[in-house]
Amino acid sequence: MVTRVFIGGAAGFAGDRTDAAGPLVEALSKADGPRFLMFETLAERTLALSQLERRRDPSRGYNPSLDRFVAPVLARCLAEQIRIVGNFGAANPRAAALRIQVIAREQGLRSPRIAVVEGDDLTGVLSAQELAARETGGALLRGASDIVAANAYLGAKPIAEALDAGADIVVTGRVVDSALALGPLAHAFRWRWDDWDRLAAGTLAGHLLECGAQITGGYFADPGVKDVPGLAEVGYPLAEIEANGAIVIGKPDGTGGRVDRQTVIEQILYEIHDPAAYLVPDVVLDLSDVTVEEIGANRVRIVGARGHPAPATLKATVCVDAGVLGEVEISYAGPNAAARARLAAEVIRDRFARRAPDFKFRVDAVGVTSILADDDGALRGPWAGGNDVRLRFAARGAKPDDVRMLLDEVEGLYCAGPAGGAGVRRHVTPRLASASCLIERRFAKPSISMIEAPG
Amino acid sequence: MKRVKLRDLVNARAGDKGNRLNLAVVCRDPRDYAAVALALTAERVAQVFAARKPTKVVRYDLPKLAAFNFVLDDVLEGGVNSSLGLDGHGKSLSFLLLDAEIEVAAPK
Repeated sequence: MVTRVFIGGAAGFAGDRTDAAGPLVEALSKADGPRFLMFETLAERTLALSQLERRRDPSRGYNPSLDRFVAPVLARCLAEQIRIVGNFGAANPRAAALRIQVIAREQGLRSPRIAVVEGDDLTGVLSAQELAARETGGALLRGASDIVAANAYLGAKPIAEALDAGADIVVTGRVVDSALALGPLAHAFRWRWDDWDRLAAGTLAGHLLECGAQITGGYFADPGVKDVPGLAEVGYPLAEIEANGAIVIGKPDGTGGRVDRQTVIEQILYEIHDPAAYLVPDVVLDLSDVTVEEIGANRVRIVGARGHPAPATLKATVCVDAGVLGEVEISYAGPNAAARARLAAEVIRDRFARRAPDFKFRVDAVGVTSILADDDGALRGPWAGGNDVRLRFAARGAKPDDVRMLLDEVEGLYCAGPAGGAGVRRHVTPRLASASCLIERRFAKPSISMIEAPG
Repeated sequence: MKRVKLRDLVNARAGDKGNRLNLAVVCRDPRDYAAVALALTAERVAQVFAARKPTKVVRYDLPKLAAFNFVLDDVLEGGVNSSLGLDGHGKSLSFLLLDAEIEVAAPK
């Protein structure tokens, strides 16, 4: 009987470090029990960007770093029976699985059994109007015609079933992040799908692993207040889960970072709304009675997750085109820099007041006041101090032409603005907006298929 | 009573969902929990973020973790998909909170 399962959290977002998995695989290979390596690489908009890539090239649309995540550890994982579970399939899990088969062949490895979980894509299942009718907390989709991506969050069951069927690797698109851990746990421990407290514990384990280093000292360090040793080589989390749902979070030997009460509690509450009701497809997780205990150096035990029956509906994220963001920057440095930057901002405001009074834009003075400010400038203090100021202007538009005047006007400060204006950079970035919908479960039927090596 | 910077007593971590910000606040010393609970009300947090015009601020208490979860609605200027600011996620906003002061009972 399985008493303990080991899961390494090797990635927490699409752009995460690709060398984090190495030390985890090293540690997992010594672990006594079923072991899994989990990659969470799919934020809200990441999937829509992948969908756009798939439209351009039907063989793409999976995480662009897939090779760099998987190739360095594939041989060791297959040899040590460390099974890989990742949502790096993004908009095209099937193509990602084929790509992994190619990597295996290039490395002279046996052909892995790769399961693909599909069924999250709602385009072709629900129309734009039907999605709009199910939108919660907004009306972004009302009247929208071009849906870039619409995906339901699938749960852990198809992942567990794929592992039951013997998959070495499970590739998914949109699943709830924590399912990447709950799936392996439900598979290894044979947890029942109405054993709510255990499903809740598995969900908590996944929640603690899904942001990679955020539980081991990343997004935490504050010198002199919250010091983190060896942050440059921070270890990614390694979880040991017992059959009763108790979790121990640690990290590989020889890595930097820290795991203690403080790092763990910050991550328990990360991106949580009501701690008594964290909704995922398989269960409602209640954190009210969770406790943490430091049981050794860089080892924290977490118990007390409680579960309630799974919600009736599934959440879906729907992305639509949202025009462009135009940004343009110019610097002022040395004596009186803040005053010259302020004059530059006033010149731009003046010129727009006469030429395009309805055009809205935002001004930041990086080095004086910027990211804690707001669009109206209400939080902005006096423009005092700061002898190295980066002035930034930003505006939105439906198309690039709508923001061009702002970019041109700021560039014009080179010759016609205050003294010493330097280093203009201009960017126009396409944007996607996302809406949340609640959909009936019958619209998102998960399916599992095994992808063999291409002939 | 004495005024202290929140930063001296608690850790904080920001997270986002759309235009909603959550701030996890963790007492570095669990013995400070009651004092922080008394001073760091939802109203006090709403005051700190007044310039961002929150439409709702809710505090959830987690006494077993000596922690609180604050949820602030509509403070991210549209959130990461539509904010004009550099920090659409609001990741820096935990430090706006940590810079605020609260009144706590003077140490015995």
